[in-house]
Amino acid sequence: MKTTELDKQNSHMLRKLIVVALVMFAFGYALVPLYKKICEVTGVYDLIKPDEIVNTQVDETRTVMMEFDANTRSEIGWEIIPLDVRMNVHPGELVHATFRLTNPTDMSFDAQAIPSYGPQHAVQYVKKLECFCFTQQKINAGETREFSVVFVIDPSLPSDVGTITLSYTMFEIEGTKNLGNQAFNPDIHEGKS
Amino acid sequence: MEAVHDHSHDHHVPTGIMRYVTTTNHKDIGSMYLWFSFAMFLVGGVMALVIRAELFQPGLQVVEPEFFNQMTTLHGLIMVFGAIMPAFVGFANWQIPMMIGAPDMAFPRMNNWSFWLLPPAGILLMGSLLAPGGAGGVGWTMYAPLTIQQGMGMDMMIFAIHILGMSSIMGSINIITTILNMRAPGMTMMKMPLFVWTWLITAYLLVASMPVLAGAVTMTLTDRHFGTHFFNAAGGGDPVLYQHIFWFFGHPEVYIIAIPAFGVISEVIPTFARKPLFGYPSMVYATASIAILSFLVWAHHMYTVGMPVEAQLYYMFATMLIAIPTGVKVFNWVATMWKGSMSFETPMLFAQGFLFLFTIGGFTGLVLAVTPIDIQLHDTYYVVAHFHYVMVAGALFAAFAGVYYWLPKWIGKMYDERLGKIHFWLSLIFFNITFFVQHFLGLAGMPRRIPDYALQFADWNMVSSIGAFGFGLSQVFFLYILLKAIRSGEKAPEKPWDGASTLEWTHLPTPAPYHSFETPPDLRN
Repeated sequence: MKTTELDKQNSHMLRKLIVVALVMFAFGYALVPLYKKICEVTGVYDLIKPDEIVNTQVDETRTVMMEFDANTRSEIGWEIIPLDVRMNVHPGELVHATFRLTNPTDMSFDAQAIPSYGPQHAVQYVKKLECFCFTQQKINAGETREFSVVFVIDPSLPSDVGTITLSYTMFEIEGTKNLGNQAFNPDIHEGKS
Repeated sequence: MEAVHDHSHDHHVPTGIMRYVTTTNHKDIGSMYLWFSFAMFLVGGVMALVIRAELFQPGLQVVEPEFFNQMTTLHGLIMVFGAIMPAFVGFANWQIPMMIGAPDMAFPRMNNWSFWLLPPAGILLMGSLLAPGGAGGVGWTMYAPLTIQQGMGMDMMIFAIHILGMSSIMGSINIITTILNMRAPGMTMMKMPLFVWTWLITAYLLVASMPVLAGAVTMTLTDRHFGTHFFNAAGGGDPVLYQHIFWFFGHPEVYIIAIPAFGVISEVIPTFARKPLFGYPSMVYATASIAILSFLVWAHHMYTVGMPVEAQLYYMFATMLIAIPTGVKVFNWVATMWKGSMSFETPMLFAQGFLFLFTIGGFTGLVLAVTPIDIQLHDTYYVVAHFHYVMVAGALFAAFAGVYYWLPKWIGKMYDERLGKIHFWLSLIFFNITFFVQHFLGLAGMPRRIPDYALQFADWNMVSSIGAFGFGLSQVFFLYILLKAIRSGEKAPEKPWDGASTLEWTHLPTPAPYHSFETPPDLRN
């Protein structure tokens, strides 16, 4: 009969379209590794690798204002502040900036700092030789520690950039939190859980 | 739409509410889609009025900021997924079988399911307001990482999106299969009415893009509750990744809304210009080009995330490219009217309103496509004005045109032409009072999604709020026009529009019988 023929065609079409929908659902997930790969290839993730310096000539005629900022992203009360909020530097000059982290809690954990820049395109002109953001840092309970970053501003920095803000956000790595060696404090413990 | 009841000759059909719960008839399901979307349109409209009431004056007067955020979020989600999309699926259900000479949709039971998934999703969306912490106040785009920090209202929204997505995918599979397999003999692809073509293309867009959104919200859900870190920076995820996945769905989505509207306009303008559509093949190819391009331009919504300049250039030019097929469409609509014998009944008025205002919305879209300008205007009221020109004056006006155009065929009664024209002029004027001034606000720098604003924005916000309340009341008036037509409308003539040439007007009586084209018409000659 003609209708059964049509039914067969229809259910064939149905199966094909369901496959399309499922493939597209999987494609959404496939975007995750694809995106990571593209970021790697295009160098978006180079923020946490040391840069190579080609030109070390100090340009004394020019002064750039560096501003420093640091924040934590976590629910427990630790903090990080820049020891120098502002610095006048010359392009090509080796600059050393220090940040102080305080962890008054009885937790120890690992943390990772992620830098960001204002203006955004300054990222390619701040050449970091050494940075606490290159590795995960182990933060002990009750600890106060200083972290440093050493960098050079590339002399090819466009002349309209007079101020660069370098800001770090420190993230607590999930699953690394441990109750430290200090006395057990049920309030903090329960407040967290 | 109740009137189809009289024409039911099938004695096995249950009556009352059970008729609608169990129906597999494309006309019943189409009516339910349209009524559901209209109800959601009113709910979303009330939320818009809460937003505009708060923005009537600077400072916080009416609602708390958290509630304001929930209103902007739910207004967007309900209007996009609850009102506009189901409205056009309603048109598809009513019209596609009648326009291609098929007895019903290909999968009638699945069709019933597609509709009945919508009310639970609507209840979940609205019910999320009652959850502890309220609904998600994250904006309709549901950007991470804010979505990770919300209360359980957010989970309800995610489930609602899942259900709405399933409904859309099932509806689209049904539409594609119906169009490809069930055309009457002689109804070749290039003879199909343009409304059918636009829905075929839209359904493909839906099948390809809705699952990606389902993936994005599923990742959000597992990030929230199951320890994954797709978007959580603290766990090595990336919030920008969410934006890529969302807009990979989100940009095709705006064409999912716009393309069926193009289809309706492409039926209405030839009818009232009494000329066949100018450049039919180019219309088909232009629609298909828009659909393909829509998958390649998503990151123009995210110029400010810090993309490499090469990527910005690519997205800018690719986006501008879409103006070419869209321009072809606008040109063809105008050329259809050229030297036509035009008359301006309500459907044609709404089509003209669409043509003018959608084109303005298209031009502001081109402005926003330009990367340096967009970085300035990103997240300002200019963007709000732009997408309301294409969503409200575009999709919604086309839906009004379609309702006035096909209502006589559906219920066998005429609407009141004088009231219809008043509805059009009220809508047109109040729409522009509401949204045109938002261009000025955006250019002056007023950010969107904020319940308070600086004093210099006060005047235009007051104007915009007055327009919004006028626009809202005009739509209540539309409900009155509909009810009046259904209850006491004059009997419609067999063919109220003499220029109409598609099958439902030429081969079926008015009103359309409950079961139509049980034997397909033979169109070969």
